[in-house]
Amino acid sequence: MQPFEAIVAEHGAVVMRVSRSLLGPVDADDAWSETFLAALRAYPSLRPGSNVRGWLVTIAHNKAVDQIRARQRVPVPAGDLPERLAGEEPGPEPGDTELRAALAGLPPKQQAAVVYRYLADLSYADIAALLDCSQAAARRSAADGIAHLRRHYGKDLS
Amino acid sequence: MKSDRQFLTDLADVVDDAALDGLRARLAEQAEADDLLDVAYRTMDSPVGPLLLAATAAGLVRVAFECENHDDVLVELSTAISPRILRSSRRVDDVARQIDEYFAGRRRVFEVPVDLQLSKGFRRAVLTHLLEIPYGGRESYALVARSAGNPGAVRAAGSACANNPIPLVVPCHRVVRSDGTYGQYRGGAEAKHMLLTMEAGA
Repeated sequence: MQPFEAIVAEHGAVVMRVSRSLLGPVDADDAWSETFLAALRAYPSLRPGSNVRGWLVTIAHNKAVDQIRARQRVPVPAGDLPERLAGEEPGPEPGDTELRAALAGLPPKQQAAVVYRYLADLSYADIAALLDCSQAAARRSAADGIAHLRRHYGKDLS
Repeated sequence: MKSDRQFLTDLADVVDDAALDGLRARLAEQAEADDLLDVAYRTMDSPVGPLLLAATAAGLVRVAFECENHDDVLVELSTAISPRILRSSRRVDDVARQIDEYFAGRRRVFEVPVDLQLSKGFRRAVLTHLLEIPYGGRESYALVARSAGNPGAVRAAGSACANNPIPLVVPCHRVVRSDGTYGQYRGGAEAKHMLLTMEAGA
């Protein structure tokens, strides 16, 4: 079995890409840590020959979904948000924010399929196993998701 | 029109290594706090080449020379002890400092807890005895076999020394052949010669 350090070295970046795409840069750091801590805990009992990237990406996706749910439960106190100072322009939004908003608008299965396919680079066979559906259904979810994103967010990009 | 993949990766941030380095260091700290860091390791330079230092919570469990291939050694530790292995200095920095002092001629005794779990039975008895051979001292394989409780097991004593998982700190280099020649060493004959010469000259 590979030492866990080698797993972090090989898959750290893809987990970060997935976490950022769903949560944004600040919360992504915590989600990344939680993902690898949970993975480290379970790692000795991971079956030999398992798809490690798929396993990590699934944990990362679940952590992100949990965080988003928790965030939605926290009520935003009215009046606590500072007024934007006069003359202060909102800075240019990083592409990341745009992607996050786009992904957040997708139905859960499409969101997972898009993240697994296009950010984590998993095969449709792996995605089908992770989403517990057929390969054809996995392919369809990813295609529908991308089509939705292109329709709503990709107007200036294509 | 861009491909679907290009469309999405254009939107995603580039993940730079520097950001991940900080998170990896934090992961090791959190793992240690949660009792999930079974083996921590670091590497260091030394006059006998780069060394790998690995420790469990109980103590120093492995010192490896470059000729052993550090990646291979980590895979061995993963199988023999636990795959919960992370690069993390905290647990092994003190050992590294003492090894530096040893090579600088400022240290004759290592004061670090050792974990002998990689050696069993007679081999372990041999290693325990080796810890008693003082700086600059030399013993024959025959004497080591006798001191470890089995005078007839000279060959086994030799193999215990050759497979010592914690060279330098458990001083197997101080065991030489009865005719005075140096004999085999995990880090190579040259390294053994260098250590014995250094200790004799001090």
